[in-house]
Amino acid sequence: MSITRSGAAAPAKSRRRLQPWEWAPYVFISPFFILFLCFGLFPLLFSVWLSFHTWDAATGLGGMHWVGIENYTFVLGDEWFQKSLYNTFWLALASGLPQHLVAIPLAFFAHTYLAKWRNTVVGIYFLPFITSSVAIALVFNSLFSRDFGVVNLALTTIGNFDVAGVHPFAWLFPTTNIDWGQPQYTKSMIAFLVFWRYVGWNTVLYLSALQTIPHDLYEAATIDGASRRQQFWYITLPLLKPMMFFAVTLTIIGNLQLFEEPFIITGGTGGLDQAGKTAAMHMYNTAFVDSDFGTASAVAWILFVLIAVLTTVNNKLFAHKD
Amino acid sequence: MRVMIQRRAIAVAVVAGLFGASASAATTITVAAFPALDAAVKAAIPLYKKTHPDVEIKLVSLAYGDHHVAMTTSLATGANLPDVMAIEVGFIGKFSESGGLEDLNKPPYNAGQYKDKFARFTEPQATSASGGLAAIPTDIGPGTLLYRKDLMDKAGITEADLTKSWESYIESGKKLKAATGAYLVASAADIKDIYIRSGLKDGEGIYFDKAGKSVVDSPRFVKAFELAKAAHVAGVDGKIGAWTNEWSEGFKRGQIGTQMMGAWLAGHLSTWLAPNTKGAWRAAQLPNGAFASWGGSFYAIPSKAAHKPEAWEFIKFLTLDKNMQIEAFRKLDAFPALIEAQNDPFIDQPIDFLGGQKARQLWKVAAEKIPAIDVDKYDSIAQEIVNAELEKVLEQNKDIPKALADAKALIERRARRR
Repeated sequence: MSITRSGAAAPAKSRRRLQPWEWAPYVFISPFFILFLCFGLFPLLFSVWLSFHTWDAATGLGGMHWVGIENYTFVLGDEWFQKSLYNTFWLALASGLPQHLVAIPLAFFAHTYLAKWRNTVVGIYFLPFITSSVAIALVFNSLFSRDFGVVNLALTTIGNFDVAGVHPFAWLFPTTNIDWGQPQYTKSMIAFLVFWRYVGWNTVLYLSALQTIPHDLYEAATIDGASRRQQFWYITLPLLKPMMFFAVTLTIIGNLQLFEEPFIITGGTGGLDQAGKTAAMHMYNTAFVDSDFGTASAVAWILFVLIAVLTTVNNKLFAHKD
Repeated sequence: MRVMIQRRAIAVAVVAGLFGASASAATTITVAAFPALDAAVKAAIPLYKKTHPDVEIKLVSLAYGDHHVAMTTSLATGANLPDVMAIEVGFIGKFSESGGLEDLNKPPYNAGQYKDKFARFTEPQATSASGGLAAIPTDIGPGTLLYRKDLMDKAGITEADLTKSWESYIESGKKLKAATGAYLVASAADIKDIYIRSGLKDGEGIYFDKAGKSVVDSPRFVKAFELAKAAHVAGVDGKIGAWTNEWSEGFKRGQIGTQMMGAWLAGHLSTWLAPNTKGAWRAAQLPNGAFASWGGSFYAIPSKAAHKPEAWEFIKFLTLDKNMQIEAFRKLDAFPALIEAQNDPFIDQPIDFLGGQKARQLWKVAAEKIPAIDVDKYDSIAQEIVNAELEKVLEQNKDIPKALADAKALIERRARRR
């Protein structure tokens, strides 16, 4: 393949067919780009475009009308959106914080003490995470049923526990069935469900991080006379920090997008007084119940900005001392 | 060469096969429906094929909510549109305004000629603001009061006590509670739901007037809220939402004394909600001379459907064929929208589940008296808001005029793009 030869054959070269090894790589890589364009980039850009329009989807694409930022001003001033956002943050805190406070000691305990049974125990904790959220929410619905639920049965049995006409637990436990559908209980119930569901996932994350901590550190600490508690505080926790950052980020993102569990538990309505309606549910309802896809897109982007901000804040908090 | 010949032969065979297949079945029409309406379509297919052997019918059935979401996205994108689209009454207002459905009043359909064949209140439901007819009704849900005869007997309550007036209805509830422990209604909202639908005249809307103004602060709503509250204060409501576990258990265990709903509820009760209570139930007209419609289904043709003439023929078969309508009535207790079917002797047959009562005659009377209420595309939003405010009135003791004023403000805010 000399320069002179290729120069002489110049006219023929323009008719030269592309060889398979030249185009094949593009064919092989193309599924990703085609799928990404169809299902990733296009919906993203369409959603931005849509958020500046009114659109009732049933009218077809011709039914879009430009309204500028009206959707955004409407959403930001909307009582329902604010309420759903409050619920979302409430649930994120009430279910997210305990997840980590329990998962870290749990992982440490499993790692340190449960040599043989560790995988079994972790498997049990992990089970809720891989179970269908629909099934879980349905089971919870019957557990927390007002008249026929096991939870109420257990609570009132303790509450009505009778010792010679005296009810020793009546001050702490209910004596009549609790209506879990009431606004004051809905959020706690959902938070408990979300906590229970994801605590195993976080435990696994922390456990995998624990396994990367060199054992010599603990040995050295033991020789120096450090107790288990001290080892946990001064070795385990600091070295877990990168994983904590990762796990907390996942929790923030996951909880701000919380949808399935409250949706099924409240039958899609958010429950009485919308007590269990999250921002993601509000977005879904705006689009598919109210047929207002433009406003729903605006909700989506506002939510996106919020998640981005919170993730950045989280990043700053954890990255500060490193 | 041999290989070439073989390939050619195969190609010829394939092409011939395709033509052969298309000759025997010229068109395949797609029907999109939801349970239990899909059972009516399923029953219709073999009967229809007897007279139309050249038409294949493909039934696509999704759960109620999923079906309507799928139809919304299909109308939005124009993709995957069925030829025949089933629409439940809750979505008919929204879909008929969409402009994505054929106007069946226009040629070649000219459905106006069939107008008098259907229960008269169905036509305004499927008519858009601009006067186009978007869909043909197939079944309706005349409102009825189903009550537990055995429990009422125990408490010494007569049917007249239940239906005379709303006050006597709630009074009976107190007696019932005292004698049997059963609740009168599952939810106080049921009373509100009936009241806001009763006393309407043709052309009036439930939540909006002709000009699209919200009317939720009208005396009709005030009285409805007051009645619901009175029932709640009297303790005769079970605070049980419809279609929940509590609800079906309540029916099974005889904890709910009456339920006001579409006549189709009798079918649901007998098949899966509480089959063990067979014979204990009776049907009556709604209290205080109210007549209201609960549900109903329609068939429509999307403008971008591929086989409109065939779709129209099939819709006519489903909705205008008396035998088909009776079949659906028999199979899924879908009360026929077709008046001719309402006059069939089947109407006079006793219903075992209702203790041999000829309740269908009663429902027919109700169907005739239901006013032709105007539907609005924002009805579902208004309903959600009104229900939320009623909850506040019942559970948090919110002042009724304040609640309705708040509801009105919220509705006007959300219906900002009328």
